[in-house]
Amino acid sequence: MGSRLANRASLRERPAVLSTFTPDSAAAFSGPAWLRQRRSAAAEAFSSSPLPTEKDEVWRYSRIDQLDLDRFRPSGTMPVQPSSDPGPSPSDRIHSLVSSLGVRAGLVVTINGVLATVASSVGDELLTLGRATEHAHMEHLLGSVVSEPRDFQLLNDAFVVDPVLVDVQPGVVIDEPIVIVHMITGAGGDAVFPRTMIRAGASSAAGVIEIVVDVDTGLLADPPSDGVRGPNRPLEHLVVPVTELQIADDATLDFVSVQSLGAETWQVAHQASTIGANATLRSFAVALGGSYARLRTDSALAGAGGTSMLRAAYIGRDEQMLDFRTLQDHLAPRTTSDLLFMGAVADRSHSVYSGLIRVRRGAVRSDAMQTNHNLVLDEGAHADSVPNLDIEENDVKCSHASTVGPVDEDQRYYLESRGVEPQRAEQLIVSGFFQSIAEQVPLAGTRSLIGNALAQRVGVGHV
Amino acid sequence: MSTGELVIKELRAGIPGREILRGVSLTVRSGEVHAVMGPNGSGKSTLAHVLMGRPGYEVLGGSVTLDGIDLLALPTWQRARAGLFLGMQHPIEVPGVSLVDSLTAARPSVPAAEIGATDAGVGGRLHDEARRIGFDERFLDRPLNVDLSGGERKRNETLQLGVLRPRFAILDEIDSGLDVDALGVVGRRVQEATAEWDLGVLAITHFRRLLDVLHPDVVHVLSGGRVVATGGSDLAEIVDRTGYAAYV
Repeated sequence: MGSRLANRASLRERPAVLSTFTPDSAAAFSGPAWLRQRRSAAAEAFSSSPLPTEKDEVWRYSRIDQLDLDRFRPSGTMPVQPSSDPGPSPSDRIHSLVSSLGVRAGLVVTINGVLATVASSVGDELLTLGRATEHAHMEHLLGSVVSEPRDFQLLNDAFVVDPVLVDVQPGVVIDEPIVIVHMITGAGGDAVFPRTMIRAGASSAAGVIEIVVDVDTGLLADPPSDGVRGPNRPLEHLVVPVTELQIADDATLDFVSVQSLGAETWQVAHQASTIGANATLRSFAVALGGSYARLRTDSALAGAGGTSMLRAAYIGRDEQMLDFRTLQDHLAPRTTSDLLFMGAVADRSHSVYSGLIRVRRGAVRSDAMQTNHNLVLDEGAHADSVPNLDIEENDVKCSHASTVGPVDEDQRYYLESRGVEPQRAEQLIVSGFFQSIAEQVPLAGTRSLIGNALAQRVGVGHV
Repeated sequence: MSTGELVIKELRAGIPGREILRGVSLTVRSGEVHAVMGPNGSGKSTLAHVLMGRPGYEVLGGSVTLDGIDLLALPTWQRARAGLFLGMQHPIEVPGVSLVDSLTAARPSVPAAEIGATDAGVGGRLHDEARRIGFDERFLDRPLNVDLSGGERKRNETLQLGVLRPRFAILDEIDSGLDVDALGVVGRRVQEATAEWDLGVLAITHFRRLLDVLHPDVVHVLSGGRVVATGGSDLAEIVDRTGYAAYV
C-alpha cells in the first residue's frame, strides 16, 4: 500500500514536529494544578524524545512504524459533568453490555476519556470510585505502578482528561464487580487516553471489569435506536489506555479487561500491577477489535508470597494485528506467577506474544510459569510467540511453553469420523480451545459475556 | 433396512512409501459379526483407518462399498453419514468440545432431543446408552475423552456407537484397556445392536476374550497385509491355542 510506505518515510525523519500532541495542546486541558503540571511535564518529555520504531527491541514485530500520530487529535478538551443517571447519549449504546454483567457494586463510564457516569452501591467509607482528581493522594498514586514512563505512557500522562480511581479500603470485601466502561465514539481521528488507578487496600477483596468499547462499530455495543449501525466504514481512532493495579498485602483483586474497538482503530494499552505480600491478582484480558492493538502487561511481585495469575484470550481477523508483551517480575521470595495467553488468528491477521519472566536476586523459591498457545486458522494468518527467561536466582522454578499451529489434525479426524462436517469440526475445536480458558475468567458474572464475545468473533454460536 | 453389506475388495493401501495392505477382501453383511485377528504389524489398524479415511494413509488399489456406495470416493465425514463407524483403539482428546455438541453436529438430521441433548438432562439415546453400558453420566458433560481412563474412553466409543446407530461398525481393539466386567458390558451392547438395528460389525482384536462375548459369525486372520485364513469361531480357538506362527 502506497500510503503505508509514505508514512514510513515521514516517520524516519523524526523527530518531525508533531502538530497536535504538543505541550501547548496538553495545556488546554483543565484540572487541578498538580495534574496540569504533570501533563505539561509529560508532554515536554514526549515531544523531546524520539518516537519508538520497530528497530527498538520492545517494538519488534509490531506495526508502530505505520502509525502516523498527526492523523489524530487529543479528545476531551470539552469536559462533561459527571452524572449518576446516564441520559440520552452514547451511553444508551452500552445498556445491554452493562446489564449483561448483572448485579454490580459500582459503575464508571467515560466517553472519549471524559467522565460521564459514576454510580456506586457501596458506601464511600468502603469504596472510593470516580474522578481521581477529586481525591487526596492521587497526585502520588497516579503513575506509581507503571515503571519507566516512556512513549505512549507519556502520551497518556500528557493528554489524560479524567483519571478514574477505584480505591477499595483495607479489610473491605466487595462481592459484586465494579464495572468501568470507556466508550470511544466520534467522527474519527480521535485520540483517547483512558486512565484507571485501582487500589486494593490490605486484606481487601474486590473484582473489577474494565471495558474499552467503540460504541459506533465495536462488538458488544448496542445498535443505535434508529437501527443504523455505525458508519459504513469503520472509523479510525487512537486509544491509549493505561491501567494501574496496586494490590496491597493480603489483598485479592480479580481484574477482567475487554477490548472491543473498531476495525480501523489503533490501540497501545498498558496494564501494570504491583502485588504485595501474600496478595493475589487474577487477571484476564480479552482482545477482540482494533487494527493494530497492543497490550503490554507488567506484573511486579513485590511482596513475599504474592501471586499473579495472568490470562488472555484473543482472536485476530482480517488484516488485524494483536500484539502482547508481558513481564512477570519476581522481586520477592516465594512469589508465584502463572501466565496463560491463548489466541487464534484467522484470515490474514497476525498476533505477537513476547513475554519475559524475570526473577531477581533474592526472589528465592519463586515459581513462574508462562504459556502461550496459538491456533493459526488460515494460510495467510501468522502468529509469533517469543518466550524469554531472565533468572538471577538459583532456587526457583520456572517453565515456559508455547505452541503455534493449525487445528489439530487428529482432533479434526476424530470429529469427522463421527460425521461432523469439516467446517463445523473446526468451529467446535476452536470454540473448545477458548472454552478451556474462558472457564478461568475470574469474575463468574462476566463469563457469559466473554464466552459470547469470543464465539461471535470466532463465528460460532457459543463458546 | 436389512441385508446391506460392507464389501472390501482387493484393498491395497499403506503409508507413503510402504504398502501395508496387499489385497484385502472380505464382506460383512448387516447383522453379522466378523472378527479380524492377526499378529502385530499385520495391518489390522491400517485397515480400520483406511476404511475411515484417516489422513496420512493412501489407497493404492481395490474398492470398498457400503450398501453399494463407493466409500473410498467420500471424505471421512460422509463415510460416517453413509453409515460407517470406527471405534478407535486410541480415542482422541478434544479439549473443550462436549459429547453432546459433537453428536448433534454429527447427525444434524436427528432431533437434538432424540439424541439426548436437552437441558433436562434425561431421556434421549445418550442417557439410555450411558445407563446400558454403565458409563458414568457425570462424564457426559466432560470434553471428549479429556481426563477419561483408557477403559472409560472405550465405553465412550461404545456409547457413541449406540447413539449414532451406524450401519456398520469397525471396532479397533475395543477390548484393550477394558477389565473383564467392562468387556462383558461393551461386548454385550455391540451384540445387542446387531439384533436391534442389524448392525454389521468388523471387530479387530488380538485376543479371543472379546470374541467369547461377541460371538463372531466369521473370523479372519490377517497376516502380511492379506487375509490368510477365514473360518468360524473355531478358528479363533485354534489361533488362541497355537498362535499365529502357522499363518505368518
